[in-house]
Amino acid sequence: MVEIKNLTKIYPNGVKALEDVSLTIEEGEFVAIIGLSGAGKSTLLRMINKMIEPTSGDVLINGESIVAAKGKKLRRMRRDIGMIFQSFNLVKRSKVLTNVLAGRIAYHHPIVTTLGLFPEKDKQIAFEALHRVNILEKAYNRADELSGGQMQRVAIARSLAQEPKILLADEPVASLDPITTIHVMNDLRRINRELKLTTLVNLHHVDLALKYSHRIIGLQGGHLVFDGPSSEVNDDVLRQIYGRELLEEEVLGDVEDLEV
Amino acid sequence: MSRTSRSDMNIPKKPLELKKYFSIALFLTILFASGWFADFSLIEVFRGIGETKEILTKMFFHTDWSYLSNLLGPLKETIQMSIVGTMIGSIAAIPIAVFSARNFIKNKVFTAFWRNFLGVFRTIPALVFAAIFASVFGLNSFSGMLSLAVFTFGLLAKLIYEAMEGIDHGAVEALEASGASQLSILRYAFVPQVLPQYLSFILYAFEINIRSASILGYVGAGGIGVYYQRNLSFFRYERIGTIVILTFAVVLVTDAISAKIREKLV
Repeated sequence: MVEIKNLTKIYPNGVKALEDVSLTIEEGEFVAIIGLSGAGKSTLLRMINKMIEPTSGDVLINGESIVAAKGKKLRRMRRDIGMIFQSFNLVKRSKVLTNVLAGRIAYHHPIVTTLGLFPEKDKQIAFEALHRVNILEKAYNRADELSGGQMQRVAIARSLAQEPKILLADEPVASLDPITTIHVMNDLRRINRELKLTTLVNLHHVDLALKYSHRIIGLQGGHLVFDGPSSEVNDDVLRQIYGRELLEEEVLGDVEDLEV
Repeated sequence: MSRTSRSDMNIPKKPLELKKYFSIALFLTILFASGWFADFSLIEVFRGIGETKEILTKMFFHTDWSYLSNLLGPLKETIQMSIVGTMIGSIAAIPIAVFSARNFIKNKVFTAFWRNFLGVFRTIPALVFAAIFASVFGLNSFSGMLSLAVFTFGLLAKLIYEAMEGIDHGAVEALEASGASQLSILRYAFVPQVLPQYLSFILYAFEINIRSASILGYVGAGGIGVYYQRNLSFFRYERIGTIVILTFAVVLVTDAISAKIREKLV
């Protein structure tokens, strides 16, 4: 369970990215955070694993404050939170397997991992993670030989190797083409169901958010303007989030309509 | 496309290239001013031509090839000096480079300290180090090796921390988010991205060191440079020619090999 309490972030340059946001995310939920660029989606997501430090407020992960955590304690808490990124953030020169094993680092003493001495069990976990996202056959390829969609699947496998309780996805499909987007979103939904993994996804596309998530969180100018089930999202809600109604061309459209 | 549609286009006016002309004027001013300050005189140059020609003729047309056999020993010593000096310097450079990389160490005062520390090493020429070490450790190739190590250390540490600061930060972010420690981030995000460049830097430093190693002997730091000094003081230009040609050959070969390897690395 993630409890976000009166979370506020003001950047040093004075920009108020997020103001007094409170939410509770239950275990196993698939939540989409939507809003315009600069609405505070990324800031909110990155404060959940303290990649960004809040100005005020608190984030509790299963009752424990990550905001107060430091050093070893913080690393231990981050280990239980997987994260995937818009730009995949793989080490392109390294092998896929090495990239996935990187998700196991926080389980061991730095000396052990620095020498590259991952136990056999970890390799098994890495292979299983790759298998779960259907990319096991690329385990020994270099990451830079993969396509964008494949890289994002490796990044998902890396966070799965962490055996996390929560998965944060910051614009995971923003640099992918529509078809690959659907594959990656399907993977995320399947993992959410199979592993009961609490998943929070930042999304640009409203229709993707509505299609995949149970619950929508709408941000506008750093404020929480909507929090409810996807079924309750109507034009009024979208107008609140985006400041106006969406035009037809701003909606991605169904994949079935796309020519391959 | 039709002609009419082309006349519709609003081609922007070419901006004045004042900046370019100003730069050229500035360059010429600096060139002439520095010539004036340095008492440069074309007449002196012409006067010197005769003597220069004589020396060059001795060096390259009356080259003393029989002297070559005397040079092989010192040449080997020069190459050994360069190899060992490069190795020691490039290993010693690693920790200081890590201390200086701003995207790895967040404490600006700490990185600034190590950066300035490295600056000192790059300010002092290898030849000066060689002279200092020669007076401390004696007139031998150990002094030369040490001065090359120190030079390599200063150069490589800077190149490495700059390479570190140039890496794709995404991998660092991902590892940090997964709860990895600083040491693990160094190992799994920085090392794989910087390693090929590091190896290429070592070869580059070796190229430079082979060149400067041949002159270090001039201040008594061993190697082939000792023979430069010896022959120059006796005006034996036909022997200087032999040394120059031999050094040139060695430099050519190292550059060629090193370029080939570096091509494969990056």
